[in-house]
Amino acid sequence: MSGIKRYLMRKSFIYALTFVFAVTIDFIIPRLMPGDPIGVLLSRFATLPDVANYLHGYFMKAFGLNRPLWQQYLSFWNAVLHGDLGISIYYYPKPVAQILKEALPYDLLLLLPSIIASWIVGNWLGAYAGKSRRFDSYLMPVFYFLQASPYFWFAIILAYIFTVKLGIFPISGAYSYGVIPSFSWEFIKDYLHHWILPFLSLFFVQLGGWAIGMRNMIIYEVEADYIRYMESLGASERLLMKHAFKNAMLPQITGLALQLGLIVAGNVTVQVVFSYPGIGYILMQGIMNQDYFLIQGCFLVIILTVLIANFTIDLLYAIIDPRIRHSYTEEGG
Amino acid sequence: MRKVLAAVLGAVFVLSIAGQAGLTSAATQVQLPRDETLYVGGGLWSQPNNFNPTVSWAAVTGTIGLIYETLFLYDPLKDKLEPWLAESGKWINGNTYEVKLKEGLTWQDGKPLTAEDVKFTFDYAKEHSGLSYSPIWGWLKEVKVVDSKTVDFIFSEPHYEEWKYWLYNIAIIPEHIWKNIKDPVNYANTKNPIGSGMYELYKTDQMRFILVRNDKWWGIKYYGKPAPKYIVYIIVYSNNLALSMLVKGDLDWSNFFIPGIPDVKSHYGIVTWFKDKPYHLGINTAFLFLNNQRGPLNNPEFRRALAYAINPNEIAQRAEQNQVTPANPTGLLVQYPVFKKIYDKNAVEMYGFSYDPKKADQILDKLGFKDINGDGYREYPDGKPLKLTIEVPYGWTDWMEMARVISENLQLVGIRVDPKFPDYSKYYEDITKGTFDMAINNFGSQVYATPWEWFNWLLYPDVTPIGKATYSGNWGRYKNDKVSELLHNINIEKDENKKIQYYHELQEIFLKDLPYIPLIYNGAWFEASTQHWINWPTADNPYALPISWQNYWQMGGLKVLLHIKPAKAPTVQTSTTSSGSITSSSTKTPTSTSTPTTTSKENKGICGPAGLLGLALLPLLLRRRK
Repeated sequence: MSGIKRYLMRKSFIYALTFVFAVTIDFIIPRLMPGDPIGVLLSRFATLPDVANYLHGYFMKAFGLNRPLWQQYLSFWNAVLHGDLGISIYYYPKPVAQILKEALPYDLLLLLPSIIASWIVGNWLGAYAGKSRRFDSYLMPVFYFLQASPYFWFAIILAYIFTVKLGIFPISGAYSYGVIPSFSWEFIKDYLHHWILPFLSLFFVQLGGWAIGMRNMIIYEVEADYIRYMESLGASERLLMKHAFKNAMLPQITGLALQLGLIVAGNVTVQVVFSYPGIGYILMQGIMNQDYFLIQGCFLVIILTVLIANFTIDLLYAIIDPRIRHSYTEEGG
Repeated sequence: MRKVLAAVLGAVFVLSIAGQAGLTSAATQVQLPRDETLYVGGGLWSQPNNFNPTVSWAAVTGTIGLIYETLFLYDPLKDKLEPWLAESGKWINGNTYEVKLKEGLTWQDGKPLTAEDVKFTFDYAKEHSGLSYSPIWGWLKEVKVVDSKTVDFIFSEPHYEEWKYWLYNIAIIPEHIWKNIKDPVNYANTKNPIGSGMYELYKTDQMRFILVRNDKWWGIKYYGKPAPKYIVYIIVYSNNLALSMLVKGDLDWSNFFIPGIPDVKSHYGIVTWFKDKPYHLGINTAFLFLNNQRGPLNNPEFRRALAYAINPNEIAQRAEQNQVTPANPTGLLVQYPVFKKIYDKNAVEMYGFSYDPKKADQILDKLGFKDINGDGYREYPDGKPLKLTIEVPYGWTDWMEMARVISENLQLVGIRVDPKFPDYSKYYEDITKGTFDMAINNFGSQVYATPWEWFNWLLYPDVTPIGKATYSGNWGRYKNDKVSELLHNINIEKDENKKIQYYHELQEIFLKDLPYIPLIYNGAWFEASTQHWINWPTADNPYALPISWQNYWQMGGLKVLLHIKPAKAPTVQTSTTSSGSITSSSTKTPTSTSTPTTTSKENKGICGPAGLLGLALLPLLLRRRK
């Protein structure tokens, strides 16, 4: 038991450290951009120069941008720890937290199904390819192609084929302009119709990676001594695969942890392609309009999701891989 | 394990749908009836989240006009201030303007709109600096309620010209609601805004807002009911998308610049203002701003040489597909009566210019800018290399093309100008702080009820030094005391003839000094579909300026709503697929109940999930077979 505890403590420490660094970078990066964020807000004042002048000062103060950087940094930490993400400049005067709250469901609904589905399907396909030569030679090029495609590129290809050429799916938004969100089959259908292409972009690109990983692991495991031994004992192929699959699974879970950051980043670009109103799209808007607070907020959410997901996987790992538990217990003992 | 996963997924899905659904209960309608809904686009670029008319710069388009209303409308086609909430308005003496309100004005919550509300609207801006119209109190002394329908505005220094602008730009707000709002600059007013207008806010989300007709609108007895029950104002993310929506009939009223329009317009019955080139009315002047504080651009002769060297026809053709026309040398929008009556033809004949690169060469030679080192570009007279830049925000493709054309034009006369495309925020910082050589801009050069507003933007007298931001349009910091004096005189002059005299003087100075070079008239982009709504205004039926941008509703948009009619009984149209550039395989089904998800799409909607299911089942099937 103390083993697990030590494992957790160590992991927690590392995650806390990562968090501090990530948030600091999150604070600095937007401020390195050239340009004046308040200016953008005021650019709509074409004919009102006097008011614009007055408001520039007003907004600098309101957003705290007139204070020295270190003070802004400290108050940023203070705000983050209190869950206050400030007010968006671009979407003024909407609080960033509210913007994110409205956008987050769209992300979760894209990310979770695509990660889970591609992981399951990819592993199955990979295992199958690892087992069957013929199948393998057909599928591997496809997998490599998928894995090597950047998310946004694959999204553009899908958009081109299915919306521009075939006109089957809508190209932007999360639901039709004439539909009002509600619990009805009509809305859900419309929602899914818009959801499918962004989902497929994420799904297919991830799929390639999982399949390749699994296929290689299976080939490796099939050559392993324990399989040879079982084989010589006359175990059925089904049984052999069952064991090989179990062992090949572990690196795939680590892979999931490692890939998460990339997937989330891919999600951002896919949303930009499809103008899908999730965090990715909002982030893009924030960057284009130099909205410090919105950028910070979006990155913070991304940082938190990646860290939490990674942490969960670490925990899961400790549970499903007895070796981890043991190593810590032995050290402790 | 798998069951748990499925359950979690399901829960997430349901929860997030619930999150989006917000307050809508299952009972309300899901689909807006297509034949009663007007889809509009072109004036909304970020999610709609501010419906506060006192900060008109931040308010979503339609806040002023559709929800809140102004005392007057302005019709630029007839150059007429038309009473709206007001019944009449006039100067009763040198410094008092009296407004009488219409009979039976009401707020959307049923309370009457009275002279007290008008007084409150103005007093509110005195109390809170930072509202759009707060600076009025620099020359307004008092707003006096005479009786419940009459208000007197008493000025300390009447700005006759500027006042015209404010008459149709200040939205009257209800006192009984706004007296409780303490910090208006920070007030988003998204929860059930109460105005007096013909539409009420129905719903907003990330990509649109929906308005519903106010069936108790005070104006019904004067103007009749606007035909659309719902207005859906949408963000469209690209011009191509706008085009395909327009062609399919998913967008009724578009105010986007759409590059493909000339090619496809006739195939799909899309209405534009003019049947042929240039298709659109001009609405503002795109200027090439020159930094008057930097050499060699501080030399009027050098600037004139540039003006001779730039070919506006090529700009109109290459950058805007001839959907615009080249600007007059003064830059004035002379096609509108308000500008026409002050236009000084003689000054243009004497000091004007037109495309003539030879003249540019002559001037530059005379000034001593010669190509000394033989690299094809002129140098300063002292041999220093001459290299300028022209700035345009990245992604504004038509302007980027303009910048390229200008750069090429100037290269022909041996001046090296490199186009530079920074992000918008950097571009905006550069022009406001004056840290640029040349830049294209048009933010305040549109048509107004008074040319004074136009000149005041372009030649704004109180500019800051370079490095400190100014927010007028005088980006290049042109300074001329005579101009400041004229601008002031025009503003406080009552005599129309004298005013015209001053305007003529202004134009002469502008043409002589040529601080900035007018390029083209940006269009009042307007493309309308006739599949669901008809009777759109055109040059043959010019009943209103059909623009739905922020602050343009009072200039014609409202009248468009009062005039358009639903298209008659659905006629089956055969889809024309002759044009190759249009890519829509789905055939048009403009039935009266046609909605974004009609039968034709239903099958496709199922297609996706079914395919997915198949994919998910694949591994299972594969396993079974073994």
